[in-house]
Formats: sequence, structure tokens, C-alpha cells
Amino acid sequence: MSAVADKYSEFQKLGVDIISVSVDSQFVHKVWNDEELSKMVEGGIPFPMVSDAGGHLGRAYGVYDEASGVNFRGRFIIDPDGVVQAMEMLTPPVGRKVEESIRQVKAFQHVRKTKGSEAMPSGWEPGKPTLKPGPDLVGKVWKVWKP
Amino acid sequence: MAEKGVGCARPTGAVVGEKAPERGAEGKEMHEREEKTMVTVKVGGKAPDFEAPAYYKGEFTSVKLSDHLGKWVILCFYPGDFTFV
Repeated sequence: MSAVADKYSEFQKLGVDIISVSVDSQFVHKVWNDEELSKMVEGGIPFPMVSDAGGHLGRAYGVYDEASGVNFRGRFIIDPDGVVQAMEMLTPPVGRKVEESIRQVKAFQHVRKTKGSEAMPSGWEPGKPTLKPGPDLVGKVWKVWKP
Repeated sequence: MAEKGVGCARPTGAVVGEKAPERGAEGKEMHEREEKTMVTVKVGGKAPDFEAPAYYKGEFTSVKLSDHLGKWVILCFYPGDFTFV
């Protein structure tokens, strides 16, 4: 969570609200934030830390593990219409890469801005060429994009 | 410390932007809707709405996902506080 908090200003620039969720109570969130995370990130966690006691939210999002009683690492990008545009799920021992979430948000925002007329090829980064899907592009992607 | 609207974490049983179903007798209808919502989270579909207690900037508060409609949201689940990754 501190890794996400560290990049919070970047998410803010993109107009992204962050919500973190675990099965811990809001009281445990407070102690974790106040005693540890605020020493890693200046000012502490700048977004709401939600308590999902019982895993009801985790079940609704398909990330709750009944055996261990916790939520797996699940990350969902939700657009302004409430549509889930991306999801990623990892088992506990491996952490996420925050930069990848930022890249995906930028890509989905670009798609939204161009009303779907442009698509982002594999490995796209802001500033790199986009694809304009249509009859002319069929069989000709090689002309405009290489791995 | 302020403490407002703190209940337990519950999906509303509807997706964001939709009215939550009325609670039937003993909340049965709600439960069935909840189970249904569970299997329908998918990319390209509306996110299941929820309301849940949270800690935010020194206060205990309540978060409702549909209050964030009109903004991009990253919803981040993780196994537990005080874990290392």
C-alpha cells in the first residue's frame, strides 16, 4: 500500500480515486497507517482504507480466498461510468507494480478521450503510436507496429 | 475522534449507478442478489457497488463506491495489514 501511496500524486494528476481493501478492521488500518506506513510515506496513506471484515466485498469481486480467509491481491480499474476496464489478480507472495497500473489508466483514458477510435498496442506507453482500427489496418499492422 | 456511518462491509447487491434491491424478509433477497453479483464481475461490466467502513485521514468513515461515479477509481484488494509485500 505504501508503494501506491508513494505514487498518489501521479494518480491525482490523472483524476484517479484510490480505495484499498483488506479484511482488517478500520482500527487495524489506523494503527498500521499511524505506526508504520506514515513512516514510509510522508503524511501517511492519503486514500480511504476500507475494512472488508467477512470478505463480502472480496467475494463480490472474486478475490476472496475461503481457505485462508483473506482477499488475494486484486486490482480493478473502474472508469467514470462504473465499468470495470481492467483487473489483475495475484496470490499473496508477489507484489504489484504500481507503474503498470498508471500505464493502464493512461491507456484507458486515451481510449475514452478518442471515443474508442484509437487502440493501444502491446507495450504502449504515453507518447508512443496508437493503432486506428479499421479495414485499412487489417493485415497491415506490421507497417505501423513492431514488437 | 469522529466516527460516522460505520456499519459492516456489504455489497449493495447492485452494480454502481443502479438502485440496490429492496431487502426481502430476513434479507433473503439481498443475499441471493449478493451471490449473483459475485459471479458477474468481469471486464467491460459494471462494478459491484458496496458500502463499507474505512479509515481515512485520521477518521473512521464510510465509503460507497457509487459516490465515485464520474471519477476513475482503482480498487485495490490485499491480503492484510502488516504484511511485507
